[in-house]
Amino acid sequence: MKLIIKTVTKPGSTRANKTGAWRSFMPVFDHKLCSKCGICGIYCPEGVVNKLENGYFEPDYEYCKGCGVCANECPKKAIIMVLEGK
Amino acid sequence: MRKNMVVVEGSYAVAHAVKVCRPNVISAYPITPQTHIVEDLAQFTADGEMNCEYMNVESEFSAISALIGASAAGARTYSSTTSQGLALMHEALFNASGMRLPIVMTVVNRALSAPINIWNDQQDSISQRDTGWIQLYAEDVQESADMTPQIYKLAEDEDVLLPAMACMDGFILSHVYEPVILLEQSLTDDFLPAYDPEFVLDTKNPMSFGAFADPGTYTEFRYKQEKAMGIALEKIEKIANEFKDIYGRYYGGLIDGYVLDDAEIVIMAMGSIIGTVKDTIDELRLEGESVGLLKIRSFRPFPADAIRKALKNAKVVITLDKNISIGKNEGALCTEVKACLHNTDNRVPVIGFMLGHGGRDIPISMIKKIINKAKLVEKGIFIESEFADLREDLA
Repeated sequence: MKLIIKTVTKPGSTRANKTGAWRSFMPVFDHKLCSKCGICGIYCPEGVVNKLENGYFEPDYEYCKGCGVCANECPKKAIIMVLEGK
Repeated sequence: MRKNMVVVEGSYAVAHAVKVCRPNVISAYPITPQTHIVEDLAQFTADGEMNCEYMNVESEFSAISALIGASAAGARTYSSTTSQGLALMHEALFNASGMRLPIVMTVVNRALSAPINIWNDQQDSISQRDTGWIQLYAEDVQESADMTPQIYKLAEDEDVLLPAMACMDGFILSHVYEPVILLEQSLTDDFLPAYDPEFVLDTKNPMSFGAFADPGTYTEFRYKQEKAMGIALEKIEKIANEFKDIYGRYYGGLIDGYVLDDAEIVIMAMGSIIGTVKDTIDELRLEGESVGLLKIRSFRPFPADAIRKALKNAKVVITLDKNISIGKNEGALCTEVKACLHNTDNRVPVIGFMLGHGGRDIPISMIKKIINKAKLVEKGIFIESEFADLREDLA
């Protein structure tokens, strides 16, 4: 059997690696308290907290690792970390 | 003295050889005794003799990292380093080989600190033996220069695509003045075609180099690196013969024998010490001693089959190592020669001698002393490996 693995690949190979499974705690965003400042998105080390159409923010849970930086940085305390049931 | 022969420093001969290989990008950080090579290349570039991007960078980690990017973008790349500089590159060396980038680097061998020392031994490149880089060792200045286009041709071969170290002993080769034939541009253009990689970083056709590989795919990357080394094993001899056809000079492929055919005692070594061993053998042959030399040019890939064939008739094998694996009391060449014989019928004793650390001089008398010590094995005395040039008063 001939190996067909190339040493290079089309871009985006890390998208296949869903890091959301690493999470223990997940951030829950309370839009009632949110002032749409976007600090959570700026601080997210994985770049997965995104602005919704309505201006509020929500993480992509397939990749969010549950590090809690967004909750820690939110000036409105609109994000809390909840133990995630599996 | 022959036509076209000039007396130049070893570093200049290598820098000139690099020039005629037409690298696109050079990235380097100076370190004794490598400095003269990169200084000469900087001068060639400034004088307009090379059409080349020369990058002065802030460290050796940056030097090799810049070349990884440049090589991935399709450039023929070059660097040179030494000792602590090579050690600083360690992480990036694996990246270069894992991405299969044919970067060429001259390693001017020097001892590693501590204690601080700037003289020659081979601990620096030997310590990077497992990074997936080809490692070839040169005996003299001419071979150091001539190795350069050969190692480019090898590294850039579409079936190989591995980075490569051309190793030359610091000071003993880099700073010595010897008569050499500088490589001619026209012959080198005949010998070494332009680098034309299949995959390059290009915004029109995006590629990821060094991509994420999970447990389901990682092993096969390593397997393919090993296969490429196996192919390099075959190509080294072929390329050495092509070089001979064009330039008229030949140094052996993977290995080279010197009055080896009938030798009962075979000395194995790499690098500049070969010259001293040859002189010793010439003297001893006149005295009727049956001693010969097996020179190792390629340490990675390791020429196991060639060594097995060459040692078929040996009664004692001596390995000379300017390096040591502390905790094993043995040099790398000794360990690997023993290993490559172990599963064969050949039970010839392989006796290791470590010497020349930190630049300690290796006179002919030392080689003779080693040979006399090895003869004790023929009398049934067990010797495995030892420091050959230990000063008992300091030990």
